Amino acid sequence: MAQPQLEVQESSHSKLQHKTQVNKKSLLTRMWKERWLYVFLVPGIIYFIVYKYLPMWGILMAFMDYKPYLGFWDSPWVGLKHFERFFSEPEFWTLLRNTLWIATLDLIVFFPFTIVIALLLNEVRKEMFKRTIQTFVYVPHFLSWVVVVGISYILFTTEGGVINEILAKLGFDKINFLMNEDLFRPMLILQMVWKDAGWGTIIFLAALAGVNPGLYEAAKMDGANRWRLLWHITLPSIRSVIVILLILRLGNFMDLGFEQIFLMTNAMNREVAEVFDTYVYRVGLQQGQFSYSAAVGLFKSIVGLILVLGSNYLAKKAGEEGIY
Amino acid sequence: MQDKTIGSRLFDYTNYFLLTLVGLTTIMPFIYVVITSFSATPGLIPKEFTLDAYRYIFSTDTFTNSLMVSIYITVLGTLINLVLTCLMAYSLSYKHLPGRNIILLCVLITMLFSGGMIPTYFVVKATGLINTLWALMIPNAISAFYLIILKNFFQQIPRELIEAAKIDGCHEIGLLFRIVLPLSLPAIAAFGLFYAVGLWNQYFNSIMYISDSDKWPVQVILRQVVILASGGIGESSSMDSDSTVTYSESIKMATIVIATIPIIIVYPFLQKHFAKGVLIGSVKE
Repeated sequence: MAQPQLEVQESSHSKLQHKTQVNKKSLLTRMWKERWLYVFLVPGIIYFIVYKYLPMWGILMAFMDYKPYLGFWDSPWVGLKHFERFFSEPEFWTLLRNTLWIATLDLIVFFPFTIVIALLLNEVRKEMFKRTIQTFVYVPHFLSWVVVVGISYILFTTEGGVINEILAKLGFDKINFLMNEDLFRPMLILQMVWKDAGWGTIIFLAALAGVNPGLYEAAKMDGANRWRLLWHITLPSIRSVIVILLILRLGNFMDLGFEQIFLMTNAMNREVAEVFDTYVYRVGLQQGQFSYSAAVGLFKSIVGLILVLGSNYLAKKAGEEGIY
Repeated sequence: MQDKTIGSRLFDYTNYFLLTLVGLTTIMPFIYVVITSFSATPGLIPKEFTLDAYRYIFSTDTFTNSLMVSIYITVLGTLINLVLTCLMAYSLSYKHLPGRNIILLCVLITMLFSGGMIPTYFVVKATGLINTLWALMIPNAISAFYLIILKNFFQQIPRELIEAAKIDGCHEIGLLFRIVLPLSLPAIAAFGLFYAVGLWNQYFNSIMYISDSDKWPVQVILRQVVILASGGIGESSSMDSDSTVTYSESIKMATIVIATIPIIIVYPFLQKHFAKGVLIGSVKE
């Protein structure tokens, strides 16, 4: 431990020297001295300006009646017309309801799953077994949504899918899982759990590894059994992590599962499937109502921003460092 | 830690049982798909080993072509991602660089707020990328998240090393390539892998930006073969009209396997890195 500390001291010392030297020179000389660093920055800065900041400026089209033949500069300004239209459409409520549904299912089904799997893994004493299970449950996170949705189509289809074959063998009627409006949300959450619940355990496992083993020893002396250890020591010690992650997850629920929902949508379940992003794509890029859909997109971005900042503020209040 | 009470053992057995169940449910669907892709008669219990599905896939232009596209954008895209991210992260790792904080703030803002789908589409169109493979690589060339973690990583390199090399007359470019990059090779490899997985898996950009079917990557073809052909009517856009052909179950499954193999190949390397926690590092300084 002695060596790194020494290094830190030295470096802060040299930094101090450096700073006094630097302050004497003018800004331009300093910048010229580091010209290569600026050269390295150029491609990245151009990227961020063109592909991140130009679109932000392009949001102005949400307040215009953009016509492709008029172009961006000559299209007429219409103020909040598109927003007024969006809020008076019945679709607005459908989108809001669907988004809230998915967010709620995410919090009350997906989230507890990750905690339970993490707790189960944490109780395993055989390293080999633990590692094998971890290897398995992390894999689906790296599969694309097309593959995940594809696999569920193959398994759940009524035309020879395994699940329905089993149902038929057991004497039940076949269920059309993929075309049924009522089963859309359960299917969605099933896929989410299958794909990412394992991956979500990582951060809990890291927190669990930091629990003081002395606590367990002391509780065992007092005659606590495994179940009580889990309930009275393990769970309370990761409570703050659970709260923070829950809040932060709330923060980005506007972005939940766009690609997945897009892939799962079909003519039979559109009413329960459509969320803001799929609506923007369908109305904007497929039907060509560019300004209107840009307005919908802007509404979504702003709500998302408020949620992220708000949840981050709450997370900080809950006693942990936020992300931004 | 070894207590052998009945309660404790029961606890262990239940735990192992539940976890085995979890592990199996995760892995079984995929194993089923792999096995069935090699079988002549799909169904509950696959029979007769055959390579017909794979032979068919590799004999059609659509599949081989899309595979080439996917490999091309993954390799070239990862290279572009890494070069741009490393250059920018390296410069931003100098704490005294004038203007650094403003640039960092601007990068951070892009993580919180974006122009959204429609304006981004118009920018991609205006820069002439529509219907080219560049549209799948350039608009997401730098991940702000990876950039900031990599910058933090570069900052941990002892400044003495860099100062010493400078005193010995090492040029800035030399510093980057001879000192900083070699020292950060494991981190860069990790980011390369994560970028590559993202590029290989991307789907939505392809249908949004590319309408020529000969430029579609394998994920788009996979969607057509499996999802649309399995009775999913899908989004009724014009480009789906040519996908009314139905494929046999084994061909669908073989396509899934092929679209997944690259991920399975890099998975052990990925696991090595995320186990070390490279990506869970704090974003804060």
